[in-house]
Amino acid sequence: MNAPAYNFAYLDEQTKRMIRRAILKAIAIPGYQVPFASREMPMPYGWGTGGVQVTAAILGPADVLKVIDQGSDDTTNAVSIRKFFGRTAGVRTTTHTTEATVIQTRHRVPETPLKAGQILVYQVPIPEPLRFLEPRETETRRMHALEEYGLVHVKLYEDIARHGHIATTYAYPVKVAGRYVMDPSPIPKFDNPKLSNSDALQLFGAGREKRIYAIPPHTAVVSLDFEDHPFEQWRHPASCALCGDDASFLDEVITDDRGGRMFVCSDTDHCESRRAAPSQPTVQDAEVARG
Amino acid sequence: MATLTAGFADPVLAAQATFRAVMDATARPGTVVPVIDTVAAPPPLAAATAAVALTLVDGDTPVWLDPRLAAGPEVAAWLRFHTGAPLVDRPADAAFAILADPASAPPFEHFSIGTLDDPDRSATLILQVERFDDGAPLVLSGPGIADRATLRVAPLPPDMVARLTANRALFPRGVDLILTAGHAVAALPRSVMPVMER
Repeated sequence: MNAPAYNFAYLDEQTKRMIRRAILKAIAIPGYQVPFASREMPMPYGWGTGGVQVTAAILGPADVLKVIDQGSDDTTNAVSIRKFFGRTAGVRTTTHTTEATVIQTRHRVPETPLKAGQILVYQVPIPEPLRFLEPRETETRRMHALEEYGLVHVKLYEDIARHGHIATTYAYPVKVAGRYVMDPSPIPKFDNPKLSNSDALQLFGAGREKRIYAIPPHTAVVSLDFEDHPFEQWRHPASCALCGDDASFLDEVITDDRGGRMFVCSDTDHCESRRAAPSQPTVQDAEVARG
Repeated sequence: MATLTAGFADPVLAAQATFRAVMDATARPGTVVPVIDTVAAPPPLAAATAAVALTLVDGDTPVWLDPRLAAGPEVAAWLRFHTGAPLVDRPADAAFAILADPASAPPFEHFSIGTLDDPDRSATLILQVERFDDGAPLVLSGPGIADRATLRVAPLPPDMVARLTANRALFPRGVDLILTAGHAVAALPRSVMPVMER
């Protein structure tokens, strides 16, 4: 048999319609988690099934798809999802942020600012920002309904009481369009400011937890904080050992068992583009610190 | 019984392209987006209206038709055949409402506006209008709009600005509007706020 055993982009049409309706409601109510009938996908929960279902529902043959995992185009999760859509939808794939029309991401926002017409699809493990404060879904739903978000501030305050500063470094809660408190997925808080007033549409899919939510373009997204403890971006105080960037988000790489380490850009496409550009000075090995 | 006209020539890719047009329009309220894959639907259903219906409606979504669309049996028969959607008599029971006579649309609060716990369980109204280059300009602000967006739509209910303001006041509850005309679509999700011109 030569006919493919599955539909374009894997999901059947009724499932796509259900997801598409959820996406439209999610865009109309920015930051609100729309329940959807998440399907079993040919990959386990935790591997981005929510993001994959959102991508499958929006993807068309003219799209160019980029998939990143912690900023990297070449880790297992990114490679397998890129191949999955290359095979089931026949779409063109890329590693270049500027070429992509749809970018599926696990836990990073690309360094290159996104443009109008691009769509960023986040893989989300736990969509409910109140879940670790209140385990009951009935209660968290009520708290969102009543805009009762005092508990999140208590959590941030406890950080300050215990550590002297807000110690939450990833999945840092935000308020979208002045209404819903939202989990931006486990992106580093370094990326939080990129969520606000983006030119691109941002969609979030949580497969196991069966929720879809969205931030439309040009929407105010505010990281929660206190007047005397304002939100602060954080990155390793170093520059990339490969491209020399001193403003990008860095990964710490352990290089030996004697405390040797180096810092490199988490966004591989950003780092490669900088190294390919002839005008950029390279700081090869300069940043390798010995402990 | 009259002969049924066909649905999308390529149901999979046409639904995808139409959805992306509707999604773009919803993400950028006030923007008019072309709908390329249209269908020959029975009048008075326009091409873009029919394409949006085929893209979003199915057996899980009860549909309400306004009196102009419900006047003859053709539109109901075409929708039932191509989408399998149950047609309902009361606006409040509908997940989607399709209106070909938007100027005399029932008050928006007659449709489901969702609840504070489940604001997504609200109706989407597909308003079929005649044109996007005529009528009093609606000046809009809100999520998806950089500063201000201006949309001209005709015809609309005469109290459209008051309706949109009342709908926004219900936020996060409220109805979402998809506007269709000819081969184009625009959207007024519940998050938009009409700006009063002074």
